[in-house]
Amino acid sequence: MTTMVFGVPLQALLGQLLLGLINGSFYAILSLGLAVIFGLLNIINFTHGAQYMMGAFAAWILLNYAGIGFWWALILAPLIVGLFGIVIERLLISRLYQLDPLYGLLLTFGLALIIQGLFRNYYGVSGLPYAIPPELSGGWNLGFMFLPKYRAFVVVLSALVCFATWLLIEKTKLGAYLRAATENPALVQAFGVNVPLLLTLTYGFGVALAGFAGVLAAPIYSVNPIMGADIIIVVFAIVVIGGMGSIFGAVLTGFGLGLIEGLTKVFYPEAASTVIFFAMILVLLFKPAGLFGRAA
Amino acid sequence: MSLDAALSPSAAAPAASRDWKIFLLIFAILCVAPFVAYPVFVMKVLCFGLFACAFNLLLGYGGLLSFGHAAYFGTARYVCAYAAKSWHLTPELAILLGTLAAGALGLVFGALAIRRQGIYFAMITLALAQMVYFVSLQVPFTGGEDGIQSVPRGRLFGFIDLSSDRALYVLVAVIFLAGLFAINRIIHSPFGQVMKAIRENEPRAVSLGYRTERFKLILFTLSATLAGLAGATKALVFQLASLTDVHWAMSGEVVLMTLVGGLGTVFGPIIGALLVETMETYLASLGGWVTIVEGVIFVICVLLFRDGIAGVFDRLWKRQPPRAGGNSR
Repeated sequence: MTTMVFGVPLQALLGQLLLGLINGSFYAILSLGLAVIFGLLNIINFTHGAQYMMGAFAAWILLNYAGIGFWWALILAPLIVGLFGIVIERLLISRLYQLDPLYGLLLTFGLALIIQGLFRNYYGVSGLPYAIPPELSGGWNLGFMFLPKYRAFVVVLSALVCFATWLLIEKTKLGAYLRAATENPALVQAFGVNVPLLLTLTYGFGVALAGFAGVLAAPIYSVNPIMGADIIIVVFAIVVIGGMGSIFGAVLTGFGLGLIEGLTKVFYPEAASTVIFFAMILVLLFKPAGLFGRAA
Repeated sequence: MSLDAALSPSAAAPAASRDWKIFLLIFAILCVAPFVAYPVFVMKVLCFGLFACAFNLLLGYGGLLSFGHAAYFGTARYVCAYAAKSWHLTPELAILLGTLAAGALGLVFGALAIRRQGIYFAMITLALAQMVYFVSLQVPFTGGEDGIQSVPRGRLFGFIDLSSDRALYVLVAVIFLAGLFAINRIIHSPFGQVMKAIRENEPRAVSLGYRTERFKLILFTLSATLAGLAGATKALVFQLASLTDVHWAMSGEVVLMTLVGGLGTVFGPIIGALLVETMETYLASLGGWVTIVEGVIFVICVLLFRDGIAGVFDRLWKRQPPRAGGNSR
C-alpha cells in the first residue's frame, strides 16, 4: 500500500522534490557565481552556461583521454575552466570596464555562441554518458523512499560549497578586499590593493563555480554541448527574483525555486518549464527590487 | 550636454534631409533588387531589416536592451499564420492581427520589464521570451515542433492574388517602407527627442517633468508592434510559422544585426540584416560554423566597432576622427 499526499503517491512526491533540490543546487551555484562576478565586475556573464557545460566536458575529457576519475575531476575541471575564464577576462572582458555594462553582456553572449558552437562541431548534440563514481552508486532505502547516494551527495556538497563561498567572502581578509572593491574600487586601489588582479581572480572564481556545477551535473544529465544554453536563462530569472545584492539570497532563491519546480512537476507537469518565469513575474509585480535586492 | 544637443533643432535638420536621400536610395534599390537577387531572399532580408530597425528603435534610441525580441516577432508570425490558415482571413487582416498581438504582448512584457533597470531589464526580457518559447512548444495552437505549415498567402483585400512571388514582393516592400517611415517619424518626433533625453540622462529628464516610465513603455510597445509587423509579414513569405522565430537564438540574431549595422542609426540595422542573412544563406553549407562565425562577429563588434558599419560610414561622411573610447551611446 502506498501513502498518498494530495492524491499523489508519497514516493513520487519525494522523488520529484529530491530532483528539484538537485536542480536547485545547480541554480544556487550558478546564480552565486553570477552574483559574485556581477558584484565586482558589474557585468552579467552570459558565458556562464557555456562554462558550466565546459566543466562537464572537462570531466568527461579527463576520464576518456587521461583516465582521470570523478574525484580528481571535481578539483581539476573547475581549475581548468577557471583558468580559461582568467584568460578570457584578461584578453577580452577587461577592455570593457569603462563602458556601459550592456557591452559586457553582448561580448559574453558572443563568447557563449563560439564555445557552444565549437563543442557542438566536435562532439555533436547527442549526449555523452558519464558514469556515477562507484563509491556513490546505489542508494539507501529509507523506508518511505529510495535515496540514491549520488543525488544526496550532490545536494550536500553543493550546500557546502555555497557555505564555503559565503565564508570566503564574508569572513576572510580577501573577502573584505572584495567587498570593499565592490563598494568603491578607486579608494581600495588607493590603499594599495591590486584591484585589476582582484577583478581577474573574482571572474576566475565565479567561472570555476560554474565549472564545478558542470562536473556535478555530468553523471546526472548526459554531457551535452547545449546543456548550459537553457539553464542560463532560468538562472537569469532566478537572479532577477533573488536580486544580486546578497550571497545568502542567491543561494536560498536557487534552492527554493528548484523545489518549486519539482513540486510543479508533480502537481501540474505542463507548467514545470515555465513556473520559474511566472514566479519572476509575480516578484516583479509585488517586489520589483527582488526578494533580497536593494532598491536600485 | 547631450540633452541639449538632442533637443536642438539645428542638429536635426540636416539629418532629416539626408534621411530623405537615403529613403530615395532604398526605394531605388527595392525596385531593382528582385531582378538581381532571388525575390524570396530579398523579402526575407526586408522582414529581418524591419525587425532589426524596430529593435534598434528601443536599444538605439531608448537605451533599453531587450534580449527577448524574438517573442514579439515569433508571436506575430504564429498569430498571422493561424488567422490566415484556420480563420481564412485576408492577408492584410492576418498581418494586422499578428501585429496587434505582438503589440499587446509588448505592452504587458514592457510594463513588467521597465520595473527594473539596465542589466536586469535585459535578463527579464530574455526570461519572458523564453517563457513564450516554452508555451509555444506546448500549446496546440502553434503546432508544437511542426509549427503551422502551408499557410495560404491568400488574396489581398479579397481580390489581389499573392501566390506569385512578384505580387507578394510588392506588398512586402510597401510594408517595409511604411514601417521604416514610421520608425523614422517616431525618432524625429518630439516623443523621439524626449526618449533620447531619457537615454542620455534619465534623472534630468525626470526633473524636467517627464514621466519617463510612461515614455519607456510606449517606446517598448511601439518597438514590439513593429517587430510583430515584420514577423507577421514573414509568415506569409515563407507560408510557415515555427519555433525558430521564438527561440532565444533569434533574439540574439537581431541584436547582432543591429550591432553590426550600427546602434542608434536609422538605417544601419538594414545593412546588418542584409549582412547576417547573406552570411547565413551562403555559409549554410558550413553547418555549425555559422553560430561560431556569428559569435566571433559579436566579439569583434563589441571590442572594435561599437558604432557598426553605419557608424564607420558616418565618420567617413563627416570626416571626423573616432570619438574617444568609441562609445556611441
